[in-house]
Formats: sequence, structure tokens, C-alpha cells
Amino acid sequence: MIELKNVQKHLGVFHLKDINLAVEPGEYFVILGATGTGKTLILETIAGLYRPDGGSISHAGRDLQNVPPEERDIGFVYQDYALFPHLSVGENIGFGLKLRKQDTTEIRAKVEQIAGLFGIAHLLDRYPGTLSGGEQQRAAIARALMVEPRILLLDEPLSALDPRSKESFKRELKRVHQLLKPTVIHVTHDFSVALSLADRIALMHDGSIVQVGTPTEVFRRPCNRALAEFVGMENIYMGLADGADEVVLNEGLRVAASCGDRSGQVNLAVRPEDILLSYEELESSARNSFKGTVTEVALQGVLARVTVDVGVPLVSFVTTQSLEQQDLAAGAQVWATFKSSSVHVF
Amino acid sequence: MTAEANKIKPTQRKNAVFSAIVSLCIAILAGFIVLALYMVLARGLPNLWASLHTAEIMFAMKLSLLTSLASTALCVLFAVPVAYGLTRFNIKGGGVLSMIMDIPMALPPIVSGVALLLLFGTTAFGRWLTAIGLPLVFTVQGIVVAQFFVNMPYMLRVMRSTFEDIDARMEFVARTLGCSRSQAFFKVTLPLSKNGLVAGAVITWARALGEFGAALMLVGATRLKTETLPVSLYLNMSCGDLELALAAASILIVISVLSLFIFEAMGGSPAGITRGTGWRSR
Repeated sequence: MIELKNVQKHLGVFHLKDINLAVEPGEYFVILGATGTGKTLILETIAGLYRPDGGSISHAGRDLQNVPPEERDIGFVYQDYALFPHLSVGENIGFGLKLRKQDTTEIRAKVEQIAGLFGIAHLLDRYPGTLSGGEQQRAAIARALMVEPRILLLDEPLSALDPRSKESFKRELKRVHQLLKPTVIHVTHDFSVALSLADRIALMHDGSIVQVGTPTEVFRRPCNRALAEFVGMENIYMGLADGADEVVLNEGLRVAASCGDRSGQVNLAVRPEDILLSYEELESSARNSFKGTVTEVALQGVLARVTVDVGVPLVSFVTTQSLEQQDLAAGAQVWATFKSSSVHVF
Repeated sequence: MTAEANKIKPTQRKNAVFSAIVSLCIAILAGFIVLALYMVLARGLPNLWASLHTAEIMFAMKLSLLTSLASTALCVLFAVPVAYGLTRFNIKGGGVLSMIMDIPMALPPIVSGVALLLLFGTTAFGRWLTAIGLPLVFTVQGIVVAQFFVNMPYMLRVMRSTFEDIDARMEFVARTLGCSRSQAFFKVTLPLSKNGLVAGAVITWARALGEFGAALMLVGATRLKTETLPVSLYLNMSCGDLELALAAASILIVISVLSLFIFEAMGGSPAGITRGTGWRSR
């Protein structure tokens, strides 16, 4: 287990404040946060490239304070890959093994094996400058994995890829992780990446870790308003918890929700994909059903973002297919329906 | 097209005048330099072959080559670790240190020469050097030291900008792959700085070949003893042997121009190394 306790670090404009994390062996752990929150700095501090100003980092119970990066057993992949431009792709990947004075033919065999795993075996004699972003990324990860680190640190490894290669690379990362089982700490600002890869997610905001949980927890139950916005909760309102199962929004709308033991002023959020739109009131167990006017329809790929004014603006995601079938357009009168269990109160 | 459109507008005329002035400045400067070099080469080159075989020019060439190569090697030996330290180690007061090490570049070489003469000629340190068999005043070794002192900043500046251009994260990654600090330097940063290293060494060497002022002060200008090419040029000019003087000058011009080409080809920029301070005449 790798453990960060109250780690602090100030470097330039970045400031890590009391970072506490515990990552289990073999876990795929994603640190999610907006750009400029110091995510890269966390990784560099874990790798030992910077010494923390305070706090401690330990791995498998061993304090890493005085362990230099080369002895930490940690692989690092930067956002822009940082492949060595003076070495061929094969030499890049074999760099760590050559350093360990392994036999040349043995190195070649291992390099070819891992390159095959990443589908870059045909590129081994090329130089990094001639590779596409996706190919460089694969080479950089292969280089890091070659020395079989127990921990792999990935700094936004997908951010420079186009959407299609991103999807296939996500699958590859997942497969490789399942195959080799290193502990992965992956930082990103991209929620969809975090959702599809992470065993657990840590949400980072302004130099601090504000929430740690499984993707579902973080996705459905963000703990504050900024995070709710960040994870794509389009519908966030403030209101008064009135009894245990209802919130009265400041705008007057009464929303059925399970408030648990919360009372008084609360935030309330509903994911746009949890809201159904229909012309007739639905016969269902869902307890929240509001009639309103469609004010805006915006196409976003396979989904359309439909805004309905029900006293508050309510955003719903509808497939473009059902958009056409239902002939939804601005001005239409519709019912917006969602379950009380879809309402997150915080 | 109407007559209106054909008329040259005042702004157009202004622009034409401006372009003409700029072009004229370029033409004057380029012409000036080429003409000056031509004057030397036109009279020096025809006799060059014959002059090359005189004992004096032979001696001067050998001495210049020997001392400039030695001082360049010394410059490289010091500039690489110093420039690396100044760019990679977060040294407190690194800016001040950098400035101190650039001072010899801004000094008139003759002042550097006086400083070296006082250091090696009048102090216990100088006497100690003489005692261990390394006298620097009026000796060939002194020429090397003078060249080293004057040209070090040039090598240093090229290496500093070279190391600054190499992403420090390359070394970070090398460290995580198992390199110690020195391994990361020798396996990643140094190979990546090859072009800067060659460019810096070439320009430093060319400057060392032409070094005159500082060496003159420290070791004097003795015929066939401390007679480098520039000294030979100076001595022969003084006693009116124009043929030999211009031969030495021609050799220096050819070498300088060649090394400038190599420097440019290696991606160095003379503008970069003289940034902020004057490129002192030799």
C-alpha cells in the first residue's frame, strides 16, 4: 500500500495542502481535478523528484523520505511522454533494462514482447519524433512498465489523444492493468476517463483532496457544489430540507428526495440522464413529475441537451433518436419525471 | 481601372521610403564587412602558400593550434559541469554566480591580461605555480590560461542555454527508470546537448585562435616563443613585413568564417551568446 500522510509541497504557483491518500496494491486509482490544481506535482512528489515540505510518503510500510527516485520502484509517464529523442523507440523501451545490465538479446526479446502488447512492435527502430501522439504514449508506458515497477504514475496520459484513439487506448490501459496488475495512480481532469478506468477516484480541488470514493459514489454523490458541477451534475439547486423526504427549492418547487438526517439549507442535484421527458404524465413510481416548457434543445453528438423550464431550468439528456420520435423542440409542453432516489442531497 | 486607383497614395509612398531606408542600411553594412575582408584576403591569399612555409608562420600556426585546442578543452571541461549546476541545482544566488562568471566576456581582454599578470606574477600563488613547474608568466602555458579566462564565458553561455532547453523531466523519467543523478546526466542530458557542445566548442576555439589582448599582457609578444597567429600579425605589421602579416590575417579570417558556419549549422546563435554584453573585439 502506498500512503501519503499530510503531504505538503509548495512549488511555484502550485500548492499541495495536507494530502492524505492510501492506495491499495494493484488498485487503479485516479486523481481527478481541474487543470492547475497541482496533480502533476503530487505524482512528482510521490516519485521522489521533489521532497515534500511536510508530511510523509510510505510504500509497503517503508518511509520513502530518504529514498532517491531510482530506488522507489515507481514508473512515471508524463503527459507529453518525455521519450528520449536521441534513442530509438526500442532503445527507449529497453532503457531501464540496459541500465540493469541485462543481456542484449534478452532485452530485445522483452522489448518486442511488451511492444507487441501495445501494438507498436513495428515501430521499434523509429525515433520518437516520427511517431504519432498515440504511438509515443504507448512507447512511454511500455518504457515505464518494462522495469516492472510496483507503482505506475500516469500524468494525463490520454489528454493529447484524439477522441477515437482515446477510447481504444482506455481499453488498452485497462487490459494491461488487468494483465500486469501494477498499482496505478493516474491523474486527469477528464471525468469520463476516470469513470471508465478507476477502481477508486480522489477528487482534488485547489491543492487538497476533497473526496475519495468509487466512481459511482463520486459520480452520484459528490460532496460539494463545485464537485457536483465538475462531475457533470447539470441540475444543482439550493433549498430547504423539509422533513425527511422533501426539499423545497428556493424557487418554490417541492422535490421529493431522501434527505437522511439533513435539515435546513441544503444543496440538491439531479443528473440530467436521470430525467425523463414525455408529453403525457407518466404512470410510474417516480414521485417527481413537473410540467414545463422546453426552452432550448442543443445537439451534442448522440445525446441532445434539452432544457425545460418547470419553475427552475431543468436539464435532461435525451437520445437524438427519441428527440426525433417525440419531435421535441423549443416551446413544447412536456412532463419532466425523475425518481426521488435520483435526487442527491448534500 | 480609374485614375483614382492608379494614384500613389501618401501612405504608400511613406512605406516605400521606409523599405528603401532599411534595404540601404542592410546593403551598406554587408558591403562594408565584405569589402574590409576582401582588402586583407586580396593581398594575403596570393602569398599565403609561400608564407605558410616560412618558419615563423609555421611556428605561429602550430602554437596557435596547440594553445587554442588546450584552452578549448579546458573551457569544455569546466563549462559543462558549471553550466549544468547553474541550470539544474537550485543554487541560492545562482544569478549572481552566473553574472560573475560572465564578467571576463564584458571586460576588455587587455584588462583581463593585467589581472592575470598580477595574480600569477606578484602573488605567493604565482610563485608556488612556478615552483611546481607551471610558470604562467611569459610562457606558453600562460597563453592557454589567458585564452581560457577570456573565452570561458562564451562556452558557459552556450552550455547554459543548451541545458535550459533540455526538459528537466527527461532526467526525471530517467531517474524513475533507475538512473542515478550522474547516469541521468551522462545517458540523457549530455547526449541531448551534443549540438550545443560542438557549437560552443567551435566558437570558443575560434575565439581562442584570435585571442590577443589578454595573452599579450600575460606572456608578451616574443618572436618564435609566444608568437601565436595574432601576435605574428601584430609583430610583422609593426616591422612592416606586410606579406607575412596579411598571411596570418588571412588564415585567421578563413578559420573564423568556417567556424561561424559550423556554429550556425549546429544550431547555435552568436546573438544568443553575446546577449546583454558587448561582443568585444579581439
